[in-house]
Amino acid sequence: MVTIEINGQQVEAEQGQMLIEAADKAGIGIPRFCYHKNLSISASCRMCLVEVEKAAKPMPACATPVADGMVVNTQSTYALAAQKSVMEFLLINHPLDCPVCDQGGECDLQEFSIGYGSDKSRYAEIKRVVKDKNIGPLIATELTRCIHCTRCVRFGQEIAGMPELGATGRADWMEIGTYIEKSIDSELSANIIDLCPVGALTSKVSRFTYRVWELASNDSIGAHDCIGSNCNVQTKNGEIKRVIARENDAINDAWISDRDRYSFEGLQSDERLTRPLIKKDGEWKEASWDDALQFAVNGLKDIKDKHQIGSVCFPSVTTEEMYLLQKIMRGIGSNNIDHRLRQSDFSGQDQDPLFLGLAMSVAHISQQQAVLIIGSNVRKEQPIMGHQLRQASLKGAKISFVNSVSFDSNFKAAHEFTIAPAQMFKELKVLAKAALESSVQDAPEGLAALVASVKVADEHKQCIAELSTAENSVVMLGTIIQAMPNYSAMRMLASFIAAATSSTMSYLTPGANTSGAYLSGLLPHRTHISNNAFSHTDGLNTQTMFAENLKGYILYGIEAERDLDNPLQAKTALANADFVVSLSAYVTDAMQADSDVILPIAAITESSGTLINVDGTWQSFNAVSKANGLSKPGWKVLRVLGNLFNLDGFEYQSSEDVINELKSSANQTVTNKTNNQLSWVCPEKISAQTTGMQRIAELSIYNVDAVTRRAAALQQTQDAQVDFAGINSALAKKLKLEDAQIVTAKQGDNSTEVTIRIDDRITDNCVYLPAGNIAAASLGGGFDTIELRPAYTHDL
Amino acid sequence: MANEVCFRTLHLDEPWTLESYLSVGGYQSLKKILTEKIPAEDIIEQVKTSALRGRGGAGFPTGLKWSFMPRHSEGQKYIVCNSDEGEPGTCKDRDILRYNPHQLIEGMAIAGYCIGADTGYNYIRGEFWEPYSRFDNALKEAREAGYLGDKLFGSDFNFDAHSHLGGGAYICGEETALLESIEGKKGQPRFKPPFPAGFGLYGKPTTINNTETLASIPVIVEKGAQWFLEHGKPNNGGTKLFSVSGNLKRPGNYEIDMGTPFSELLEMCGGMKDGYKLKAVIPGGSSSPVIPGEQMMDVTMDYDSIQAAGSMLGSGAVIILDDNVCMVNALARLSHFYQEESCGQCTPCREGTGWISHIMHRIEHGYGKQEDIDLLDKVAGDIMGRTICALGEAASMPVKGFLKDYRDEFQYHIDHKKCMVGPGSK
Repeated sequence: MVTIEINGQQVEAEQGQMLIEAADKAGIGIPRFCYHKNLSISASCRMCLVEVEKAAKPMPACATPVADGMVVNTQSTYALAAQKSVMEFLLINHPLDCPVCDQGGECDLQEFSIGYGSDKSRYAEIKRVVKDKNIGPLIATELTRCIHCTRCVRFGQEIAGMPELGATGRADWMEIGTYIEKSIDSELSANIIDLCPVGALTSKVSRFTYRVWELASNDSIGAHDCIGSNCNVQTKNGEIKRVIARENDAINDAWISDRDRYSFEGLQSDERLTRPLIKKDGEWKEASWDDALQFAVNGLKDIKDKHQIGSVCFPSVTTEEMYLLQKIMRGIGSNNIDHRLRQSDFSGQDQDPLFLGLAMSVAHISQQQAVLIIGSNVRKEQPIMGHQLRQASLKGAKISFVNSVSFDSNFKAAHEFTIAPAQMFKELKVLAKAALESSVQDAPEGLAALVASVKVADEHKQCIAELSTAENSVVMLGTIIQAMPNYSAMRMLASFIAAATSSTMSYLTPGANTSGAYLSGLLPHRTHISNNAFSHTDGLNTQTMFAENLKGYILYGIEAERDLDNPLQAKTALANADFVVSLSAYVTDAMQADSDVILPIAAITESSGTLINVDGTWQSFNAVSKANGLSKPGWKVLRVLGNLFNLDGFEYQSSEDVINELKSSANQTVTNKTNNQLSWVCPEKISAQTTGMQRIAELSIYNVDAVTRRAAALQQTQDAQVDFAGINSALAKKLKLEDAQIVTAKQGDNSTEVTIRIDDRITDNCVYLPAGNIAAASLGGGFDTIELRPAYTHDL
Repeated sequence: MANEVCFRTLHLDEPWTLESYLSVGGYQSLKKILTEKIPAEDIIEQVKTSALRGRGGAGFPTGLKWSFMPRHSEGQKYIVCNSDEGEPGTCKDRDILRYNPHQLIEGMAIAGYCIGADTGYNYIRGEFWEPYSRFDNALKEAREAGYLGDKLFGSDFNFDAHSHLGGGAYICGEETALLESIEGKKGQPRFKPPFPAGFGLYGKPTTINNTETLASIPVIVEKGAQWFLEHGKPNNGGTKLFSVSGNLKRPGNYEIDMGTPFSELLEMCGGMKDGYKLKAVIPGGSSSPVIPGEQMMDVTMDYDSIQAAGSMLGSGAVIILDDNVCMVNALARLSHFYQEESCGQCTPCREGTGWISHIMHRIEHGYGKQEDIDLLDKVAGDIMGRTICALGEAASMPVKGFLKDYRDEFQYHIDHKKCMVGPGSK
């Protein structure tokens, strides 16, 4: 620690710290534009020039390291003269269009010009005009307003890892742009709107629809991935106008994904359900809440064998809703309840930890020296996790992937093992063998025999050595492997690899609240957590519920054709059921075809609640926007359903009552400390599937949930263009298919037409056909075999 | 005496060849150092004694600069030669590259030996096609003859050098912008600290010296620090190349002793062309403040004397302005240059150079306003000392200098909407 003096005040600072950081910590404000604590130092705006004793010139506070005994004045005539001259220079070419500028009211330039600007301009020349650029559907440019702070450029280089923007040209005709006009495609791109200190980069989605002082600011949580990014949702008259990042260094630093930022657009979709609907004599009618709830309860009560009722719930709803839903189901006598919508292998479920988590904080991922990621397009699946991994990589971490597609990465992968899903078990055997050979521990029972026949290559050895030698390392299971057949066996091997290399075993999970679902007992095989434990129950999982054609279903936040692993199997089961209750924020024709009653529940921002993220952090939030029409927060609807079923313990007055009940029984010490290591049970030998082509189904970034699918701007991005079947050029040659050709994709008895995209990142003999997209709705399981053949053409 | 250091091959046929250079004792300094195992510290001490100062413009003592390098530290280090030579009026480094490239190579190798670098880069101005190919050929010759490569003269010292052609930006003469440019990035100065001696090319300790500076080294080693120092005067050692331009009978590059009176240099150039009178001199490249001719006649050509007169020796580009030159026109031209060449990175320079240029353009074209002169002075003052690199100063100092001694011409231009002197006064 060193002591410096700023404006006569003694300030303690850390060695190597920059003056501006020390001043910020001491609450001494120094004006700045280019400096941002999460970006590298540019020292180019010169607004933070201050007087430093014995320095020949005014010094930029952002780039001047503190030294013991340094005497600094940020307010002296000398310092002010420098700051004021910089302000004048910045303003001479800046259009004074604050009245029509979206940044007005939250503009750094506007704010500092009050303190450092002059009310009269001495600049009598023609101002610079810069042509705006179209950089895609999310971000609007007004480059005449740009003050060249280069925060957006540095963000692309340092955080997004995609240097999409740069400064071209010199002098006062230097411009920010993409050089050749193109869209900004990073999944974190719109953070540059938050970063831009002026109105040069604004939101294309919401600009011109508010003034910032009209907005109510509400702290909230991103609900589209398992990270739980902190954000601020801003509303005007109860309607969401925008979402911006809220700093949390333990989770998302100062960034949020574009998905968390723009999904709210989906709340204003025409498909929002505004009133309860009931189907009487095959006709859909609007109904009052009382009638609809009674109708729903009666329908379910008619099913005498309660084991014939099953419920599936979307894993992004609040913990309160999950807890109440399982409480109702268990109250009426059924354990058929699940949130694992895309999982197909449940055989290892009894080995699941208390919840599937990272076993460390999200931010701690950036401190790892080696990571092995299995079955995840992590960057698109969990953009902020991608960011943390990239930060680790920039510090030298060796990050390797086992995937079926060599997904684009914004850092250099140490090793990539790209193999078909059916070969993944074998690949993990190879890695396990390498781990076994490098470990001093004895082989667990049966492993040596299991891996006897596989050959270890140097690359596998290197990958394992990197994990073993790293002080902090992680073996991370993504959502793709969790949806694969043989998941349990593969997980066992992954767990062994983690144990043998002293790595932490981590999960990335689907939805925003898988942790909440585990802890609240939204599972067929266990109750909610109580004192760090749970009781075993017996019930049907998602797969068996639909395979066994139950008499009644409760679908909670589910669009069957988009949200389930095997949509057609589910559709058949729903069509054959006696009674189906849907609780949903949206209504579609498909949903009407499946259901007997549809109850409108509030979307996540319209209800108070709690999400538990992948590191086990419980994050509660308030309702921030008006519920649409007559829709009600889910916990309230479930509470009344509980009452109508005459169940005990449904006397909650608020969502806090609900979460407090779970919290008090949960004993929150589980947070972060969950141990994901499995106890060894040797997997059976699995013969790799050899006939036919295998489908690879990733849930693509903007298809993850009902809200995101309806967010118009996100759906226009490059990442959203996933209605295709990807194959590599070798397979295309073999099948005699061409890029952009329309083919029929067939799984079992189901088929659909789809466009071919040739993409050599995809492994051999596999068809990448993302889950959740339109084509997938007419197909079967995500990793089942698939056929492709040219579609019938009408050429005469 | 003239042409004793950087131009010592100039009297020969094809002075740029290895053969020519060897005939004047080329590569003997490097050989002596390596075969006699002279410690680097001794060479650095000699360079300090010689009072050699940076010939690129800043005049920083070369020996001192070398001593900043962590020469004993592990890892890669670099010597970089700055042949960007963009300062208007300067054309000396070009002629070293054209006529004596081997001496520069030898100088780079000795510098590399002194600072512990085994690799050198010569960053050559983008427009210098002929000098670039001459230098590149010289590198090839030196490599083939064993003057570059591994274990030079049987010692443990390895050294190789490479040339890099710039993209045509003045700012890349600034040493850190030059490093960025070599790295393949946009040429923009870095903020300092850290300085290149700690964090230079590719983040490694780096020394950057001007072409003329490095080319002087072999002669200092050969003839001794004292010999070099005595060619100049204390604190201003050696000979210096002056690029003299203007309406002179014999403009050109002159290598003369430091401390030679300006009047003698003017005589060497044959004096003013008939019909022209000396009006003013920009003594050290376009960014140095202008000095009235009569004052200049009392000045000697060295760092300290020119500084005492209120300007800078700079790069040694002596621009002679004659009595037909309108100072408003001259400054308008210079200001336009600095506007074009500002890298655009930091605010005062990006916005200020444009502003000055716009005002000058207006005054020059008869649209000047009374308040413009004070405004020019103020804007120039607001740039100075507040920028990342010295381009801000380079753009401001001429403004300050021209206004100091020739304010009446600016006032005349504003009042009469035409020049006070020269063709524009009619």
